[in-house]
Amino acid sequence: MEKFTTLKGLVAPLDRANVDTDLIIPKQFLKSIFKSGYGPNLFDELRYLDEGQPGMDNSKRPLNKDFVLNQPRYQGAQVLLARRNFGCGSSREHAPWALMDQGFRALIAPSYADIFFNNSFKNGLLPIILSEEQVEQLFRETQATEGYQLAIDLEKQTVTTPSGQSFAFEIDAFRKHCLLNGLDDIGLTLQDADAIRAYEAKRAAEAPWVFNAIAKRT
Amino acid sequence: MAGKTLYDKLWDAHLVKQRDDGSALIYIDRHIIHEVTSPQAFEGLRLAGRQPWRLDTNVATIDHNVPTTPFRSAAEIEDETSRIQVQTLEENTKAFGILEFGIGDVRQGIVHVMAPEQGAVLPGMTVVCGDSHTSTNGALACLAHGIGTSEVEHVLATQCLVAKKMKNMLVRVEGTLGAGVTAKDVVLHIIGVIGTAGGTGYAMEFGGSAIRSLSMEGRMSICNMSIEAGARAGMVAVDDKTIEYVKGRPFAPTGANWDKAVTWWKTLHSDADAKFDTVVEIRAEDIKPQVSWGTSPEMVLPVDAVLPDPQAESDDVKRNGMLRAYEYMGLKPGMKITDIKVDRVFIGSCTNSRIEDLRAAAAVAKGKKVAGSVKQAMVVPGSGLVKKQAEAEGLDAIFKAAGFEWREPGCSMCLAMNPDKLLPGEHCASTSNRNFEGRQGNGGRTHLCSPAMAAAAAIAGHFVDVREGI
Repeated sequence: MEKFTTLKGLVAPLDRANVDTDLIIPKQFLKSIFKSGYGPNLFDELRYLDEGQPGMDNSKRPLNKDFVLNQPRYQGAQVLLARRNFGCGSSREHAPWALMDQGFRALIAPSYADIFFNNSFKNGLLPIILSEEQVEQLFRETQATEGYQLAIDLEKQTVTTPSGQSFAFEIDAFRKHCLLNGLDDIGLTLQDADAIRAYEAKRAAEAPWVFNAIAKRT
Repeated sequence: MAGKTLYDKLWDAHLVKQRDDGSALIYIDRHIIHEVTSPQAFEGLRLAGRQPWRLDTNVATIDHNVPTTPFRSAAEIEDETSRIQVQTLEENTKAFGILEFGIGDVRQGIVHVMAPEQGAVLPGMTVVCGDSHTSTNGALACLAHGIGTSEVEHVLATQCLVAKKMKNMLVRVEGTLGAGVTAKDVVLHIIGVIGTAGGTGYAMEFGGSAIRSLSMEGRMSICNMSIEAGARAGMVAVDDKTIEYVKGRPFAPTGANWDKAVTWWKTLHSDADAKFDTVVEIRAEDIKPQVSWGTSPEMVLPVDAVLPDPQAESDDVKRNGMLRAYEYMGLKPGMKITDIKVDRVFIGSCTNSRIEDLRAAAAVAKGKKVAGSVKQAMVVPGSGLVKKQAEAEGLDAIFKAAGFEWREPGCSMCLAMNPDKLLPGEHCASTSNRNFEGRQGNGGRTHLCSPAMAAAAAIAGHFVDVREGI
């Protein structure tokens, strides 16, 4: 996983609540068996005027000029500013993959859906929670100032505006540790292999039916 | 000391290790796999040179991509990318030695229909799958929730998840449900009350006399949509219906193990003095048949309502969402729900494709005809076994005589990854779970409702109150 320590990046505002994972990456693009290549289809239904299908040359498709992320001033954005309950809906990890592939490294919103929030951390994408008022202020400032950038410091847990105003955010200690160090949590969990085996032995004695094998039957 | 909630008990029984930083390792009893969210996880194992921790806990099937017209092999799937996903799952389960119910197997079906049907999910288990509607399985008093692909790989490699304990919520529905009011209406009503983020951060237990009165299938419909209320996991306590449902299923325990299991299962309920962080009280008598009008499951109303006025909404963010939904749905404030015409009707999905759902829809369709204005009305059973059962009961004949299409099992038009989809602008009465923009096809307009309400809409050509007959 890619590390996340600090980031100073251009901010793009997506002013709508309940952005669902179908909107982030429509289902036809989930048919890929790879983790990359989703960026050009991020927000596909908002971004293009035609209906997107896998395998299309996206550079030749008609762009929806009204969609905020298509505006020239937001090209190259690394921070996505969003409203409440971002990432609701399906568990598809293709949503954070698409955001990362497009170049986003951090999100700022008042709240996220649980599964999306969790999936983001597994991919080095930092979903920051700020209050409704703080998010509202950032929307105003981003829209008012072309080239608006925010500085994010994960170690210090701060988001700093161009005028030097700093907002603190909360983050789980374990998730922070993994992000700062780019740690693969499978490796970490396997350090506890003995504890897992001990649990299995104890559990198999008290609840043997749980271990009834679902064996491969041919 | 306060008693424990059902969730507390399930958590405690699966805690492998509590870490100092507040996270914990939780043991996973059952892992269900489908073709869409697993390829990258198997690839991750290969790249890291890892083997699955246990093979005998995994069970796989194909559902999201499969056509619902008959086919005999993956090679017959027309869409190339769908075909590759189905073949990739076949290859992965074969290479790693995981049981898969594949093409042509009567047990193949939607993951959340197949797993309880096979007894692969048992009370008290932790159950995960790379699909957010895994919460369905909580109807059997399981801790069941969706996970992303990284976690699919993590579970395959370690049989555990890194988790943090959620908060406890109880949604208590007391009273008697009226005639024509189903489990689907109960859960849509709940989402209308608490909103799509109302359960975020919670494990949600459904209780009360109205929940206990429901069949296991009904409880599955309710737990299925806990995710639409924001909660990853929904659950219902064990009672006699739960135990009766599990008995005799292929992977259920037998003999002495059965007796031992039942003894533990009977403890799987929240203690009388358990403490919930939030309790939501709902009166069963207040629930009417529901229809969603907008592009979020919380935009839902009783069938006798008129569409709301956005200007009356004081919250800016919510008002903007409503205005956008009106534009997308092509509807106007003040319009009656019963004036919404439907172009297509979809009866199926992991929410409503079990035998009871098909019976309810068939009871409405019996002896009637799908309206001439409806382009297509389709019934998609949740599994090969549901299909077989329905055919044994003659439900297929009722549907076909009424002008419904009778299809092969799969996720179908719930998310339109297969050829079943809406065209832009079309309105669909759908028994699925999400009315997001484009969910059932680019530009498609979804109205969520119960199987009986969907069947009634197919016959009338517009929404009608199923309680009034047609």
